[in-house]
Amino acid sequence: MQIEKKVENNVVCIALDGRLDTVTAPQLEHELQGKLDSVTELDFDFSKLSYISSAGLRVLLLAQKIMNKQGKMVIRNVCTEIKEIFDVTGFADILTIV
Amino acid sequence: MQNLRKEITVDSKMENMETLTAFVENELKPYEPSMKSQMQINIAIDELFSNVVHYSGSSKMTLVLEVVEDVLTASLTFIDNGIAYDPLSKADPDISLSAEDREIGGLGIFLVKKTMDGIEYKRDGEKNILKVTKKLG
Repeated sequence: MQIEKKVENNVVCIALDGRLDTVTAPQLEHELQGKLDSVTELDFDFSKLSYISSAGLRVLLLAQKIMNKQGKMVIRNVCTEIKEIFDVTGFADILTIV
Repeated sequence: MQNLRKEITVDSKMENMETLTAFVENELKPYEPSMKSQMQINIAIDELFSNVVHYSGSSKMTLVLEVVEDVLTASLTFIDNGIAYDPLSKADPDISLSAEDREIGGLGIFLVKKTMDGIEYKRDGEKNILKVTKKLG
Protein backbone atom coordinates (compact mmCIF):
# COMPACT_ATOMS: atom_id res chain seq x y z
CA MET A 1 0.00 0.00 0.00
CA GLN A 2 1.16 3.52 -0.83
CA ILE A 3 0.47 6.35 1.57
CA GLU A 4 0.60 9.86 0.16
CA LYS A 5 0.49 12.52 2.84
CA LYS A 6 0.11 16.27 2.40
CA VAL A 7 0.22 18.71 5.27
CA GLU A 8 -1.05 22.27 4.93
CA ASN A 9 -1.21 24.28 8.13
CA ASN A 10 -3.54 22.26 10.36
CA VAL A 11 -4.98 20.13 7.59
CA VAL A 12 -3.58 16.70 6.79
CA CYS A 13 -4.62 14.89 3.58
CA ILE A 14 -3.81 11.22 3.21
CA ALA A 15 -4.38 9.31 -0.03
CA LEU A 16 -4.22 5.52 0.19
CA ASP A 17 -3.39 3.32 -2.77
CA GLY A 18 -3.75 -0.45 -2.48
CA ARG A 19 -5.07 -2.63 0.34
CA LEU A 20 -5.63 -1.52 3.90
CA ASP A 21 -5.30 -4.93 5.51
CA THR A 22 -3.67 -6.73 8.42
CA VAL A 23 -0.23 -6.39 6.83
CA THR A 24 -0.46 -2.74 5.76
CA ALA A 25 -2.67 -1.21 8.49
CA PRO A 26 0.33 -0.80 10.85
CA GLN A 27 1.95 1.45 8.20
CA LEU A 28 -0.99 3.81 8.37
CA GLU A 29 -1.11 3.62 12.15
CA HIS A 30 2.56 4.58 12.22
CA GLU A 31 1.79 7.54 9.96
CA LEU A 32 -0.91 8.79 12.35
CA GLN A 33 0.13 7.78 15.85
CA GLY A 34 1.52 10.78 17.71
CA LYS A 35 1.55 12.85 14.52
CA LEU A 36 -1.86 14.49 14.72
CA ASP A 37 -1.10 17.04 17.43
CA SER A 38 -2.61 20.42 16.45
CA VAL A 39 -4.25 18.88 13.37
CA THR A 40 -7.83 20.11 13.04
CA GLU A 41 -8.81 18.37 9.82
CA LEU A 42 -7.85 14.91 8.66
CA ASP A 43 -8.86 14.11 5.09
CA PHE A 44 -8.64 10.63 3.62
CA ASP A 45 -8.82 9.97 -0.10
CA PHE A 46 -9.90 6.36 -0.76
CA SER A 47 -10.21 6.62 -4.56
CA LYS A 48 -7.35 4.15 -5.06
CA LEU A 49 -8.08 1.91 -2.09
CA SER A 50 -9.16 -1.54 -3.25
CA TYR A 51 -10.14 -3.10 0.04
CA ILE A 52 -10.26 -2.77 3.78
CA SER A 53 -10.28 -5.42 6.51
CA SER A 54 -10.91 -5.15 10.26
CA ALA A 55 -7.29 -4.17 10.89
CA GLY A 56 -7.86 -1.15 8.64
CA LEU A 57 -11.14 -0.35 10.37
CA ARG A 58 -9.30 -0.41 13.68
CA VAL A 59 -6.86 2.28 12.54
CA LEU A 60 -9.70 4.44 11.15
CA LEU A 61 -11.51 4.15 14.48
CA LEU A 62 -8.35 5.18 16.28
CA ALA A 63 -7.98 8.24 14.03
CA GLN A 64 -11.67 9.11 14.37
CA LYS A 65 -11.42 9.03 18.17
CA ILE A 66 -8.47 11.41 18.09
CA MET A 67 -10.12 13.77 15.60
CA ASN A 68 -13.41 13.82 17.53
CA LYS A 69 -11.48 15.61 20.26
CA GLN A 70 -9.64 18.15 18.15
CA GLY A 71 -11.42 18.71 14.85
CA LYS A 72 -12.93 16.64 12.10
CA MET A 73 -12.12 13.70 9.90
CA VAL A 74 -13.61 12.99 6.50
CA ILE A 75 -13.23 10.15 4.03
CA ARG A 76 -13.63 10.90 0.34
CA ASN A 77 -14.14 8.81 -2.79
CA VAL A 78 -15.21 5.57 -1.13
CA CYS A 79 -16.09 2.85 -3.67
CA THR A 80 -19.35 0.93 -3.23
CA GLU A 81 -17.57 -2.25 -2.10
CA ILE A 82 -15.79 -0.48 0.76
CA LYS A 83 -18.91 1.54 1.57
CA GLU A 84 -20.71 -1.76 2.09
CA ILE A 85 -18.02 -2.84 4.59
CA PHE A 86 -18.63 0.42 6.47
CA ASP A 87 -22.38 -0.25 6.43
CA VAL A 88 -22.15 -3.86 7.60
CA THR A 89 -19.88 -2.98 10.54
CA GLY A 90 -21.78 0.15 11.60
CA PHE A 91 -18.76 2.28 10.70
CA ALA A 92 -20.91 4.29 8.30
CA ASP A 93 -22.51 5.82 11.42
CA ILE A 94 -19.19 6.67 13.06
CA LEU A 95 -17.26 7.98 10.07
CA THR A 96 -17.96 11.01 7.93
CA ILE A 97 -18.06 9.76 4.35
CA VAL A 98 -18.41 12.45 1.71
CA MET B 1 -14.39 -26.61 -16.91
CA GLN B 2 -14.37 -29.17 -14.14
CA ASN B 3 -15.08 -28.70 -10.48
CA LEU B 4 -11.93 -27.34 -8.90
CA ARG B 5 -10.02 -28.45 -5.83
CA LYS B 6 -6.62 -26.96 -5.05
CA GLU B 7 -4.69 -26.49 -1.87
CA ILE B 8 -1.72 -24.55 -0.62
CA THR B 9 0.23 -24.84 2.63
CA VAL B 10 2.15 -21.92 4.10
CA ASP B 11 3.98 -21.11 7.32
CA SER B 12 1.64 -19.39 9.79
CA LYS B 13 3.27 -16.01 9.28
CA MET B 14 1.55 -12.78 8.33
CA GLU B 15 3.89 -12.22 5.37
CA ASN B 16 2.25 -15.18 3.60
CA MET B 17 -1.11 -13.49 3.31
CA GLU B 18 -0.19 -12.12 -0.10
CA THR B 19 0.72 -15.61 -1.27
CA LEU B 20 -2.67 -16.94 -0.17
CA THR B 21 -4.58 -14.06 -1.71
CA ALA B 22 -2.70 -14.33 -5.01
CA PHE B 23 -3.27 -18.10 -5.08
CA VAL B 24 -7.03 -17.74 -4.60
CA GLU B 25 -7.40 -14.80 -7.01
CA ASN B 26 -5.46 -16.66 -9.65
CA GLU B 27 -7.45 -19.89 -9.32
CA LEU B 28 -10.80 -18.08 -9.30
CA LYS B 29 -9.99 -15.88 -12.29
CA PRO B 30 -11.45 -18.29 -14.91
CA TYR B 31 -14.79 -18.13 -13.08
CA GLU B 32 -14.90 -14.35 -13.39
CA PRO B 33 -16.05 -13.61 -9.84
CA SER B 34 -17.67 -10.22 -9.32
CA MET B 35 -15.34 -7.57 -7.91
CA LYS B 36 -17.45 -7.51 -4.78
CA SER B 37 -17.30 -11.29 -4.22
CA GLN B 38 -13.55 -11.34 -4.82
CA MET B 39 -12.99 -8.48 -2.39
CA GLN B 40 -15.12 -10.15 0.28
CA ILE B 41 -13.21 -13.39 -0.20
CA ASN B 42 -9.93 -11.47 0.16
CA ILE B 43 -11.20 -9.94 3.39
CA ALA B 44 -12.13 -13.41 4.66
CA ILE B 45 -8.60 -14.63 3.89
CA ASP B 46 -7.16 -11.63 5.75
CA GLU B 47 -9.36 -12.08 8.82
CA LEU B 48 -9.17 -15.87 9.08
CA PHE B 49 -5.47 -16.22 8.31
CA SER B 50 -4.53 -13.44 10.74
CA ASN B 51 -6.62 -15.24 13.40
CA VAL B 52 -4.62 -18.40 12.77
CA VAL B 53 -1.32 -16.50 12.91
CA HIS B 54 -2.20 -14.59 16.08
CA TYR B 55 -4.11 -17.16 18.13
CA SER B 56 -3.54 -20.73 17.01
CA GLY B 57 0.15 -21.13 17.75
CA SER B 58 0.35 -23.42 14.70
CA SER B 59 3.45 -23.50 12.54
CA LYS B 60 1.67 -24.15 9.26
CA MET B 61 -1.73 -23.63 7.72
CA THR B 62 -3.36 -25.30 4.74
CA LEU B 63 -5.94 -23.53 2.62
CA VAL B 64 -8.17 -25.74 0.46
CA LEU B 65 -9.99 -23.96 -2.33
CA GLU B 66 -12.93 -25.67 -3.99
CA VAL B 67 -15.34 -24.46 -6.63
CA VAL B 68 -18.64 -26.12 -7.42
CA GLU B 69 -19.29 -25.03 -10.94
CA ASP B 70 -22.97 -25.55 -11.53
CA VAL B 71 -23.82 -23.22 -8.65
CA LEU B 72 -20.67 -21.11 -9.13
CA THR B 73 -19.82 -21.26 -5.45
CA ALA B 74 -16.36 -21.25 -3.92
CA SER B 75 -15.40 -22.68 -0.57
CA LEU B 76 -12.23 -21.93 1.35
CA THR B 77 -11.21 -24.26 4.15
CA PHE B 78 -8.56 -23.09 6.60
CA ILE B 79 -6.86 -25.98 8.39
CA ASP B 80 -4.28 -25.54 11.12
CA ASN B 81 -2.88 -27.78 13.83
CA GLY B 82 -2.89 -25.17 16.59
CA ILE B 83 -4.81 -25.02 19.85
CA ALA B 84 -8.58 -25.43 19.64
CA TYR B 85 -10.06 -22.11 18.65
CA ASP B 86 -13.63 -21.56 17.50
CA PRO B 87 -14.02 -17.98 16.30
CA LEU B 88 -17.76 -18.52 15.93
CA SER B 89 -18.15 -18.92 19.68
CA LYS B 90 -17.48 -15.20 20.18
CA ALA B 91 -20.44 -12.86 20.61
CA ASP B 92 -20.98 -10.35 17.80
CA PRO B 93 -19.75 -6.84 18.57
CA ASP B 94 -22.30 -4.10 19.27
CA ILE B 95 -22.11 -2.07 16.08
CA SER B 96 -24.52 0.61 17.26
CA LEU B 97 -22.07 2.18 19.72
CA SER B 98 -20.41 5.55 19.18
CA ALA B 99 -16.74 5.81 18.20
CA GLU B 100 -15.77 6.41 21.82
CA ASP B 101 -17.47 3.28 23.08
CA ARG B 102 -16.54 1.04 20.20
CA GLU B 103 -14.29 -1.91 20.73
CA ILE B 104 -12.57 -3.45 17.80
CA GLY B 105 -12.38 -7.03 19.03
CA GLY B 106 -14.45 -9.56 17.16
CA LEU B 107 -15.05 -7.25 14.23
CA GLY B 108 -13.03 -9.35 11.80
CA ILE B 109 -14.97 -12.56 12.24
CA PHE B 110 -18.22 -10.56 12.30
CA LEU B 111 -17.31 -9.11 8.92
CA VAL B 112 -16.67 -12.60 7.56
CA LYS B 113 -20.00 -13.87 8.91
CA LYS B 114 -21.83 -10.96 7.27
CA THR B 115 -20.18 -11.16 3.87
CA MET B 116 -19.86 -14.92 3.30
CA ASP B 117 -22.83 -17.13 2.49
CA GLY B 118 -21.83 -19.81 4.97
CA ILE B 119 -19.29 -20.40 7.72
CA GLU B 120 -18.66 -23.47 9.84
CA TYR B 121 -16.04 -24.56 12.33
CA LYS B 122 -15.10 -27.99 13.53
CA ARG B 123 -12.33 -29.44 15.64
CA ASP B 124 -11.06 -32.66 14.11
CA GLY B 125 -8.48 -34.39 16.30
CA GLU B 126 -5.62 -31.92 16.53
CA LYS B 127 -6.92 -29.69 13.76
CA ASN B 128 -8.98 -26.52 13.55
CA ILE B 129 -11.08 -26.62 10.40
CA LEU B 130 -12.88 -23.45 9.39
CA LYS B 131 -14.79 -23.41 6.14
CA VAL B 132 -16.43 -20.46 4.42
CA THR B 133 -18.54 -20.59 1.27
CA LYS B 134 -19.30 -17.79 -1.13
CA LYS B 135 -21.24 -17.45 -4.36
CA LEU B 136 -19.01 -15.94 -7.02
CA GLY B 137 -21.69 -14.09 -9.00
